[in-house]
Amino acid sequence: MSTHAYDDSHEEQIGHSEAGVEQKHLGEKTADWADGRLGIYSLAKANLRKIFPDHWSFMLGEICLYSFIIIILTGVYLTLFFQPSMGEVIYHGSYTPLQGIKMSEAYESALNISFDVRGGLLIRQIHHWAAIVFVAAMLVHMMRVFFTGAFRKPREINWLFGFLLLFLGMFDGFMGYSLPDDLLSGTGIRFMEGAILSVPLVGTYLQMFLYGGQFPGNDIIPRFFTIHVLLIPGIMLGLLVAHLILVFYHKHTQFAGPGRTEKNVVGMPLMPVYMAKAGGFFFLVFGVIAFVSAIASVNPIWAYGPYRPDQVSTDAQPDWYMGFSEGLIRIMPGWEIRAWGHTLELGVFIPLVVFGLMFVVIAIYPFLEGWITGDKREHHILDRPRNAPVRTGLGVAWIAEYLILLVGGGNDLFATHLHMSIDAITWTCRILFFVGPVVAFMVTKRWCMGLQRKDKDKILHGRETGTIKRLPHGEFIEVHAQLPQEELFRLTAHEQQAPAQLPPAVDENGVKRKVGAVAKLRAKLSAGYFGPQSQIAKPTAEEHAEITAGHGHH
Amino acid sequence: MKKLSARRRHPLAALVVLIFALAATGGLWAALAPTSSASADASQSLQVEEGKRLFQVGCASCHGLNGEGTNLGPSLVGVGSAAVDFQVGTGRMPAQQPGAQVPSKKVIYNQAQIDQMAAYVATLGSGPVIPTQDQYSGGNVASGGELFRTNCAQCHNFAGAGGALSEGKYAPSLAGVSAKHIYEAMLTGPQNMPSFPNSTMPEQQKKDIIAYVQHATNSDANPSYGGMTLGAIGPVSEGLFGWIFALGALIGTAIWIAARTPKAKKS
Repeated sequence: MSTHAYDDSHEEQIGHSEAGVEQKHLGEKTADWADGRLGIYSLAKANLRKIFPDHWSFMLGEICLYSFIIIILTGVYLTLFFQPSMGEVIYHGSYTPLQGIKMSEAYESALNISFDVRGGLLIRQIHHWAAIVFVAAMLVHMMRVFFTGAFRKPREINWLFGFLLLFLGMFDGFMGYSLPDDLLSGTGIRFMEGAILSVPLVGTYLQMFLYGGQFPGNDIIPRFFTIHVLLIPGIMLGLLVAHLILVFYHKHTQFAGPGRTEKNVVGMPLMPVYMAKAGGFFFLVFGVIAFVSAIASVNPIWAYGPYRPDQVSTDAQPDWYMGFSEGLIRIMPGWEIRAWGHTLELGVFIPLVVFGLMFVVIAIYPFLEGWITGDKREHHILDRPRNAPVRTGLGVAWIAEYLILLVGGGNDLFATHLHMSIDAITWTCRILFFVGPVVAFMVTKRWCMGLQRKDKDKILHGRETGTIKRLPHGEFIEVHAQLPQEELFRLTAHEQQAPAQLPPAVDENGVKRKVGAVAKLRAKLSAGYFGPQSQIAKPTAEEHAEITAGHGHH
Repeated sequence: MKKLSARRRHPLAALVVLIFALAATGGLWAALAPTSSASADASQSLQVEEGKRLFQVGCASCHGLNGEGTNLGPSLVGVGSAAVDFQVGTGRMPAQQPGAQVPSKKVIYNQAQIDQMAAYVATLGSGPVIPTQDQYSGGNVASGGELFRTNCAQCHNFAGAGGALSEGKYAPSLAGVSAKHIYEAMLTGPQNMPSFPNSTMPEQQKKDIIAYVQHATNSDANPSYGGMTLGAIGPVSEGLFGWIFALGALIGTAIWIAARTPKAKKS
């Protein structure tokens, strides 16, 4: 297929060469030349026919990749004009409402990018909107991987790479919007200083080291600049390449279906189908982000004014991906312990610890689940979320917690826009912080169980046709139609694991066996994952045969 | 006398009595009415008189018959005419119902009536006076912005879009508020707002702040250079917009692309 297209495109160059005449055209020569030096033929042979399965949710990662590329491209343009310096200047640029105001060179250059550099404001907004989309897409991509169980062996390390990309992406975003040194970004840097200072024992030292002295000092913007444009993007680029190499190495996962096994991948080849799709998708992503950047303002630094430590504006929230840390701080009571001349600022330190924990649970989950299930096999067929109710419930619980904290972080805007009391919202978030995830877990788990029952019902009794039939004795029944074979396969392809059993209480000699607390805990968790309250036994072929034989009206 | 008495049931008697009475009151008015030379004081006191009348109808139920205050409304002794002009002129007073904060609504008195009430309340005790135009015009936008960010943005937000305060109270949006009312608010500190008397914030600074607010909230003078402002309330609305419209559109695109695959024909 591909070679055929290749010949067509070069028909004119070849002219009317006769078949059998030895005449290589330019492209072929170039390819030969490159192969002699880079070995591209074997590389291409191994990878160009790489198969990718088709599902819209498998393209979420591509959104991340493309927005990251857009961020790098626009970021390079911005570095050409940005001055990462906290030196003080008086503004005399073209934005008149700030004429004659003292500001840092960083803020002045950010204003110049917005008002004097050709295309500067658009590029700035593309950079910022792409960052917002980048982190959002990473989270959604991660949800897809989580809920379908794609993080299981052999992909745990790739999950960690992805997790690190999310974590670094968030902090790089934070540093990015801190750089212009406007009132909002300065408030964010101040917030971070407070969080660092709250760390017992080492907090003050860390703060002095990072800021090069008392806040704000003269170092933090240049340092953030280096970290933002060099250090973190460098690490992220490395992780990204490793992430993609592992995707190639492991091959892509797929949903269950006829002909799909743990040993194959059913889909379309990279060349030409996915090359075209992915290439086109890149431009579509760029187009959507550029369109949004052209119509909607993001981070209007000129309106915030330059940062001065004695000023602050309300609505001082971070970008959305840091919003849950803002929520943690806002709902936390201002506890403080003073003893022996020291202050332990629990009102900030506890949120900082919870902030870390919310990430740690993401990172360790694959290993935790692997330990509980004791499953050492490779998995390339994806789970449907309903068939792993505990995992799905835990994921939704995390998302619920995250959303509650986002609401807590925007409590003032919910108060003004919904005409409520900010204190009522804060207290609701405090209670929901503990109750919300539990309720979310229980509801989700039951929901999954309901869906499993529905699947079972559909398998055994077919789908409702909507046709009502009256039987001779007057009873009305709805005619059910059997599902097609491939649908039956799809619904029953998942395997159902039995919970781990503790060894018998006494061994063969009648001696009481010692069972450690860890083993007991594991057995209990395993029962939680695979016990009768978390999975409905899927129908067997015999059951199906029995129920469908004879009485067709079911 | 008898003649008069005899005619007292004449059909025109009532008319004659009426004419006499009118002539008498008219004559008395001509004789006793204040002369125009004393008019300044008199029209002032007339305005106070009218203001008092309006006050007793519209305000006294909460503020007391003499503005001394009740448990429903504070004393108005010493609040000055500027406070009345602001509260009634922005429609906050008369209040609709008690609550965390009295919102601005439709103004129900005309400016003449507001002036009368203001004149009356000013007689209860000296306080801030309604400013004149030269007191609140001609400020500098740039220094006003700096002053605004120092003194006002904590509650009213960097763009004057307003913000939340505790227990359901709030700092309102400053869009569309007249220069005079902004000046009066700074002077009198209505509701939850602190007051900024001239001793702490000189008149020039007030002018600058007013110039900034009127610039920042006026989309003709200060267009949104980056496109839609999304409410000018910072990153929360930006994040929401990014998730719903940018990521939403991209996921929609992904679904569209994934659906455009040549599928193997079903046998």
